[in-house]
Amino acid sequence: MASGYLLTILIFTTMYISLALSLNILTGYAGQVSLGHAAFLGIGAYTSAVLSVRYEAPFWLAFLVAIILTGLIGTFLGLPSLRVRHDFLVLATMGINFVVVSVFKYVDFFGGAMGLVNIPAPTLFGITFRGGIPYLLLTTAYALFTLLICWYISKTWSGLAFQTIRNDEDASASLGVNPARYKIYAFGISAALAGGVGSLYAHFLGSVFPDNFVFVESIGMLSMVIFGGIGTLRGPIVGAILLRLIPELLRFIQDYRFTFYGASLVLMMLFQPMGLLGNESWVWRQITRWLRTAPQSRKEATQ
Amino acid sequence: MLVLQNLSNALILACTYILMAAGLTMVYGVLKVLHIAHASVYTVGAFVGVLAFSRVGNFWVALAIAMLVSGVFGVLIYRSTYFYLLNSPRTVPLIASVGMFVMFTDLLQKPFLMGAYQRAFPAGGAGLPAIKTALFSFTPKQVLILLVAIILLAIVYLILTRTKLGLSWQAASMDREMASAVGINLNQSIAANFFLGSALAGAAGVLVGVYNNSVFATMGDLPSYKAFIIIVLGGMGSLPGAILASLILAIVENFLVASIGYVLPRDSIAFLVLILMLMFRPNGLLGRE
Repeated sequence: MASGYLLTILIFTTMYISLALSLNILTGYAGQVSLGHAAFLGIGAYTSAVLSVRYEAPFWLAFLVAIILTGLIGTFLGLPSLRVRHDFLVLATMGINFVVVSVFKYVDFFGGAMGLVNIPAPTLFGITFRGGIPYLLLTTAYALFTLLICWYISKTWSGLAFQTIRNDEDASASLGVNPARYKIYAFGISAALAGGVGSLYAHFLGSVFPDNFVFVESIGMLSMVIFGGIGTLRGPIVGAILLRLIPELLRFIQDYRFTFYGASLVLMMLFQPMGLLGNESWVWRQITRWLRTAPQSRKEATQ
Repeated sequence: MLVLQNLSNALILACTYILMAAGLTMVYGVLKVLHIAHASVYTVGAFVGVLAFSRVGNFWVALAIAMLVSGVFGVLIYRSTYFYLLNSPRTVPLIASVGMFVMFTDLLQKPFLMGAYQRAFPAGGAGLPAIKTALFSFTPKQVLILLVAIILLAIVYLILTRTKLGLSWQAASMDREMASAVGINLNQSIAANFFLGSALAGAAGVLVGVYNNSVFATMGDLPSYKAFIIIVLGGMGSLPGAILASLILAIVENFLVASIGYVLPRDSIAFLVLILMLMFRPNGLLGRE
């Protein structure tokens, strides 16, 4: 069973890597701090669960619909960001998270507080699998897909547009970047990617409950992005791995998971606001310095 | 008849909202930080109140101790984090605040503090009489809440309008650097602001604990989110706005629940109001502009 336990941890870690990366598009690239990302995970999970349980849709269809529907809802829920900024937006996203969870909880179609159970294991290419190495490959592939999209965004013009919005919204408008349009893009892409994770999440656990997607989960995701290094590709990946694995490895932290998340957020803000591996952080400066000097010293040694 | 009784119930609910929101709006006015960890102060207040009450047996002493401890707790929060983040971008103290909130909530649930169960707070109405008229009535507990809220708000009002401290907060809320340039000791002024705001939150915690006769580790979550909604509704940093918004929210909640029942839980009404408000009137009902 030890390997099964390890696999479960790895599957969750890869899912959280995708989540942190998708949140990073919104919060890191476009600078819109969101405390409602768990809502998008939840919308994806419930879409997929409803389709497979109530309509017996095949996995791949439920998965695709989850991505598209969550993306559309995310685009719609991003509308408040056009009117409000900074801390007000944080409040709005927090509110969205509460409203979404209470819809899951109080609308009977979504199973109410008892959630939806008996979600079938996914079937792809005639193979049915739940858990195990095939599922890990699936979630890893999805994490790579997310990474690819993030990388693509960061390298293209829209990545630059996001950056200008983050740095100065008013100035970006004067440079010909339409802040409204790009903010909505960021919300849509970020939500769609989280929705895909939601589908994987639902089919992995086989059941979804409203309490899986509460506000505190959103804080956990934000912690990963910020802990690792906001606005970078490496940051959210490292953040998700560390914040998922450290509590698993150190048993005594397990019971204090959220104390640990909270404390890491506070300490990061006090000492390294750019995160562990952010562009200006101490660790990243040491690494880049070492990378720059290492080839030279090696050359000197051979001469 | 029923309408008046509903209104008087809403008034009691509003009193607890006001005490909670007053602290937040004061902090927001001076620091421009959304102090999410305020929820923890509220819970700590209720917890200390319950402990003090079980030792001393006198509600008023317990209330004083709870307010003192939560005030000090608030000042410690300020001195250990916000103090160092005053000149950072606005999201930095905000994220730190979220971190503190998660940390305290998790710690408070541990068995060595409050545990995961509810405690009774059997202070009753602290010996106050009930008020009964033909049209509406207040139970002793409701009289207690009303009385404490009015006294505390009167004190806050006097401090804000009649003392140098109140003036210094006004100055700091307009321009922090300028305020310190004209000789205001910003650190003391902000610390005092945190003390008062946190003491009010602690009092709110105690009152709600007594009213529901239960104190538990996550009791602060919903009231504090609602307090945010209230300060958005009332215009950030405006105390009269917060009072008006508390009344409106309490009345709307009471009447919606009384008339249409639970379509959505009453708590999500508040969040829908928040989202709509942010979209259509981001400056609040009584905010500037």
